[in-house]
Amino acid sequence: MAEKALVEAIRDAMDDEMGRDEDVFIVGEDVGQRGGVFRATEGLFEKYGGMRVVDSPLAELSIVGVGIGAALYGMKPICEIQFADFIYPAFNQIVSEASKMLYRSDGAWPVPMVIRAPYGGGIGGGLYHSQSIEGFFTHVPGLKVVVPSTPYDAKGLLISAIRDPNPVMYLEPKKGYRLIRGEVPEGEYIVPIGPANITKSGEDLTIFAYGMMHFYALKAAENLEKEGISVEVVDLRTLVPVDKDTILKSVKKTGKALVVHEDNLTGGYGGEIAAIIAEHAFTYLDAPVRRLAGPDVPAVPFSHPMQEWFMVNEDKIMNAARELANY
Amino acid sequence: MDLSSEVMREMYWMMLLARRLDERAWVLHRQGKIAFHISGIGQEAAQVGAAFALRKGEDWVTPYYRDLALMISLGLTPKEYVLSLMGKAGDPSSGARQTPSHFSLRRVNAVSQSAPVATQCVHASGIGLAIKMKKTNQVVLTTLGEGSTSQGEWYEAVNWAAIHQLPVVFLVQNNQYAISVPPEMQMAVKSVADKACGLGLPGISIDGTDVFGVYKSFLEAFETARSGNGPTLIEAKMYRLTPHSSDDDDRTYRSREEVEEHKKKDPLLLARQVLLEKSVATEAELDTLDKKAKEMITEAVNFGEQAPYPKAEEGMHPVYFEEVQHG
Repeated sequence: MAEKALVEAIRDAMDDEMGRDEDVFIVGEDVGQRGGVFRATEGLFEKYGGMRVVDSPLAELSIVGVGIGAALYGMKPICEIQFADFIYPAFNQIVSEASKMLYRSDGAWPVPMVIRAPYGGGIGGGLYHSQSIEGFFTHVPGLKVVVPSTPYDAKGLLISAIRDPNPVMYLEPKKGYRLIRGEVPEGEYIVPIGPANITKSGEDLTIFAYGMMHFYALKAAENLEKEGISVEVVDLRTLVPVDKDTILKSVKKTGKALVVHEDNLTGGYGGEIAAIIAEHAFTYLDAPVRRLAGPDVPAVPFSHPMQEWFMVNEDKIMNAARELANY
Repeated sequence: MDLSSEVMREMYWMMLLARRLDERAWVLHRQGKIAFHISGIGQEAAQVGAAFALRKGEDWVTPYYRDLALMISLGLTPKEYVLSLMGKAGDPSSGARQTPSHFSLRRVNAVSQSAPVATQCVHASGIGLAIKMKKTNQVVLTTLGEGSTSQGEWYEAVNWAAIHQLPVVFLVQNNQYAISVPPEMQMAVKSVADKACGLGLPGISIDGTDVFGVYKSFLEAFETARSGNGPTLIEAKMYRLTPHSSDDDDRTYRSREEVEEHKKKDPLLLARQVLLEKSVATEAELDTLDKKAKEMITEAVNFGEQAPYPKAEEGMHPVYFEEVQHG
């Protein structure tokens, strides 16, 4: 099995599905000749041509809106938003249209589409190339929200997303595009949308994370093991639908929960995980649920010291986990 | 192309049926039997003319909320419309989830529309892109009011259609008011058709009260689209003879004299005159049609009143496609 970077696994998934199903096509800014600014679609324009790897005008709402129209016709569009920060012009199309189309037509008009968006900071991107956007979309019924954190999952989840008959937000931790590497099988395999993954077993506390923060959480947990703190790590992988069973089973075992995300704290997705635990596992808790998240400032600042101040990282996770373990 | 007497009578019938149905909806609202109505009175000629130029059931339509006459022409029945007016089970547009007149009719490729305006135009371009990819000779008709041409969604949709020479025809029903705001507060150009030159497609302005003239313009535009020669923007000029909706009071922004003046150019009366002048029908025959329409509508209203409401718990579904299959 070949070791691949996260972004290569994403490209493999699109390539495989486009090869298998001629209804699958890609639309977005610079996805064609350029192969995407992160090179996620590199080589696909040459292989499948400009009618299936479509360079859009520089206008995000129509990347999504045109995708919706094509999906209504029966196609399976993969819409690439170049940076998640630029998705807001398409918010109306995602929230008013894609998410509600099936419900408002009593099931007559499904919208099978994927919206891919690189998210997250720590890459010198400043306010508008660093944002996390999952909190806006996990609130919207009708959408599925997927965040891979390993190359294996990235490929298997993206294939699932492309084949899913619903609109799927597929959020890619861009700092991990080349940093995160792992084994990726050739050819077709599926990682189902829904189940979380226990990526490290432990006894003293559970860290719930996804995307880039899962990558750091796993490293933090491995270091803490050397200090004698046994940490279980759950990679949520799918934020909607959320895997309540795995979350509750883990927290009932360890009695302590640390929820980590890079998005800012207030109104963030971590609050939902904390609420699930409080509602369904309160009597199993040995400590209050702890949330570790980005600070409540408008976005990630550019200058390096301020950026690093903003970013949740391995050290911050270790500190929070130690405090929780000692509670 | 000269229309046969039979087709001319058929077009008149659709206008008449839509008009009488629309009028009955206003009455039902005053009687407290329905909660809301949004009207298309005064716009029937443009809608019926465009609909008759389509290949019904083969071509695609993304309509808007004044398109009752368009939908009736495509095959929506008075009974089905009354179900939606009353929020009763079996409404084909939305299973009574949407407010009335937010049309959808899957059996004739008429796509569900929301209330945020111009969103449907982007879907039309996406459908057009899919048609181009699949190399069929279908076309897409999308409709909107002149106020909707102020939206970014509309510009992006037209831009896509023009860049890729998509088989989409944009029907702007310029009824002189966006709720209360007149065209001169929406746009600096004299006609919506003038916007076309900045976007790179042909734009024409036509008399939207002449159903037979409208038909000819659309036949030409659809033929252009069908033969791969790209989109057309058609502004049909007309006058909204009713308030914006049952919640509006148009006396606050326009005079009764103005409305009365425009009633002289009522498209239904104009069509009637043409039928009589060309001896396509006699007064007696047209009066019989009127009686038939009223009888059909009374029957539809009785049917609607007898029809059950949806069960409250049907509001739970379908959020995701899996619920359509299993629910």
